[in-house]
Amino acid sequence: MLRYVLSRFATFLPTFIGVTLISFAFIRVLPGDPIIVMAGERGMTQERYDELVVQFGFDRPILAQYWDYLTGVLQGDLGNSYVTKRPVWDEFFALFPATLELSICAMIFAVALGLPAGVIAAMNRGKFFDRTLMSTALVGYSMPIFWWALLLIIVFSGNLGWTPVSGRIDLLYYFDDVTGFMLIDSLISGQDGAFTSAVRHLILPTIVLGTIPLAVIARQTRSAMLEVLGEDYIRTARAKGLPPGRINGLHALRNALIPVITVIGLSVGTLLAGAILTETIFSWPGIGKWMVDSIFRRDYPVVQGGLLLIAVMVMVVNLTVDLLYGLINPKIRKR
Amino acid sequence: MSLLRLRNLSVEFATTGGRFRAVDQVDLDVDKGDVLAIVGESGSGKSVSMLALMGLLPWTAKVTADEMIFDGHDLSKMSARARRKIVGKDLAMIFQEPMSSLNPCFTVGFQIREALRIHLGMDRKAAQARALELFDLVGIPDPEQRLKAFPHQMSGGMNQRVMIAMAISCNPKLLIADEPTTALDVTIQAQILDLLVRLRDETGMGLVLITHDMGVVAETAQRVSVHYAGQKVEEQPVRPLFRSPHHPYTSALLAALPERATDKRLPTIPGVVPGQFDRPQGCLFSPRCPYADDHCRKVPPAPRGPDLGLARCHYPLNTDERLAS
Ligand SMILES: Nc1ncnc2c1ncn2[C@@H]1O[C@H](COP(=O)(O)OP(=O)(O)OP(=O)(O)O)[C@@H](O)[C@H]1O
Ligand code: SF4
Ligand SMILES: [Mg+2]
Repeated sequence: MLRYVLSRFATFLPTFIGVTLISFAFIRVLPGDPIIVMAGERGMTQERYDELVVQFGFDRPILAQYWDYLTGVLQGDLGNSYVTKRPVWDEFFALFPATLELSICAMIFAVALGLPAGVIAAMNRGKFFDRTLMSTALVGYSMPIFWWALLLIIVFSGNLGWTPVSGRIDLLYYFDDVTGFMLIDSLISGQDGAFTSAVRHLILPTIVLGTIPLAVIARQTRSAMLEVLGEDYIRTARAKGLPPGRINGLHALRNALIPVITVIGLSVGTLLAGAILTETIFSWPGIGKWMVDSIFRRDYPVVQGGLLLIAVMVMVVNLTVDLLYGLINPKIRKR
Repeated sequence: MSLLRLRNLSVEFATTGGRFRAVDQVDLDVDKGDVLAIVGESGSGKSVSMLALMGLLPWTAKVTADEMIFDGHDLSKMSARARRKIVGKDLAMIFQEPMSSLNPCFTVGFQIREALRIHLGMDRKAAQARALELFDLVGIPDPEQRLKAFPHQMSGGMNQRVMIAMAISCNPKLLIADEPTTALDVTIQAQILDLLVRLRDETGMGLVLITHDMGVVAETAQRVSVHYAGQKVEEQPVRPLFRSPHHPYTSALLAALPERATDKRLPTIPGVVPGQFDRPQGCLFSPRCPYADDHCRKVPPAPRGPDLGLARCHYPLNTDERLAS
């Protein structure tokens, strides 16, 4: 098991360096000069411009700039935002809980519905429930996020007035951040209706962000279950006279979970990408919206740092998934 | 009344190429303490007939039988729930591939205790004690440690012992062993067969042994049922069958035995078992039968009397012995 863990970690560092390179290059490839963008419509004098070029280090060779950046990163310094002048690190962690809260809710939504849906579909293979579910999943998977979001907003916020359109909580409520998670903070605050308001703000973004992972998980669970149900050990379980619930829910699902967990891990990447759009649509103050805004402002350190932190998170999640495998599938653990 | 009584058992699969009759009007009887061998080439419906009895066929299979009576219960007329009370308890089965027949995600101990808890309602402690006892019985050394092992940590032979321990855990009245040794080394094969016969002797259970191997049949079985292309073509006690087979197919199988071969080359029966699309009209063995004539090719033979081993043949062999005796 230890060797397994170490071998997973060994792949971590090269990937990390690669990501710093890509995030550094990505924003510089985009046309547009951060200093001009900063100056805005007022413009600026040539002297002031030259001064800023030196201050930001843009006069130095590009490789030297990368080297500075990389050594900074390795010492835990992601630089300061050009716009707010605050450390990228601080900004990221101020906004991250909002994204995390939304992503966790979306994932719970996707797993809680996707797993049972996939299992039931596999048990009713080819029947009405299976067909309906799988075509719905296909639609859910191919639906553009922004369109789906707008549709839900029009129906549930516009026509029915059930849910709010933007933000994390009604402006009526104000309390300090304790955990950064609105659901928890609103409860701690003890204010009447704060929690309900937070929940109502979460519903639509959660559904929008969770739809694609939900579809993917349901389909993967179904196909993994179908494959496992044809295995010899399932026949053995039936030959033992075990009830179907136990055969499907324990003997089959435990084996089917192995590929499903991979897919759940991989969806975390998709989820963060989806969060960028979802947060923009619902004005959700998380890192997705922050990144989009920063790209428009050509705020190099924020975009670089944000990309890097997101990538590291995806990597950590994938690592966790690899380790989870070991727990679920004893064959890997003992190798 | 015999322990198992099958009458007119047929199984049809719905396939993309139409319906396929994998088991065709099979009658079988097994008594307590009996060892019945079912032999026949690949594709003769040996496994499918026993899986039908266990209720383990996929939904594409349509099972029909006039009688499917086990221990006084007609299984074909029972609900799935009622059947589960019998299958795995009084009626157990082990399979050809011990490595893939055990669930890789659970320890073998868990998989044995599970059967005990479900059928006999044992608590954890009692189940553990019984599992230890069973491992001892099937000859697994160091049972305490082995119970904690996962299937992939043990050899094929050990896994087959685990499967046997699991199958006999609730003291079944009938154990069906579907080619239990085919996937194992030769030395291990003999051990597993010895174990099965010993367990039969000790517990008095009936044993159905499916195999291709006539050598195994000669050593272990009391009665032999010979199957071909879904049909039972002959049934006799083991000695008379070897001495005077009545069906040409049985005779060909015996001629294929290495000990009997006169030639250096191992004789095999020319041709293959007819599959879904090339079943002949008359006797199913006619394309390969050295005695076949036009009558055989047109009219399917019905089983003959018990004195002719119930042979499905128009021209049974070794009839002179019957006349002589
Ligand atoms: N699920 C299924 N769907 C369609 N046909 C099947 C199915 N299972 C088995 N068959 C067919 O039924 C026939 C009998 O198969 P069976 O497995 O009983 O043969 P067998 O006598 O046990 O052979 P072997 O010695 O290879 O185990 C074969 O022709 C096989 O292709
Ligand atoms: S009926 Fe004819 S073809 Fe069939 S086994 Fe007998 S002799 Fe051969
Ligand atoms: Mg078989």
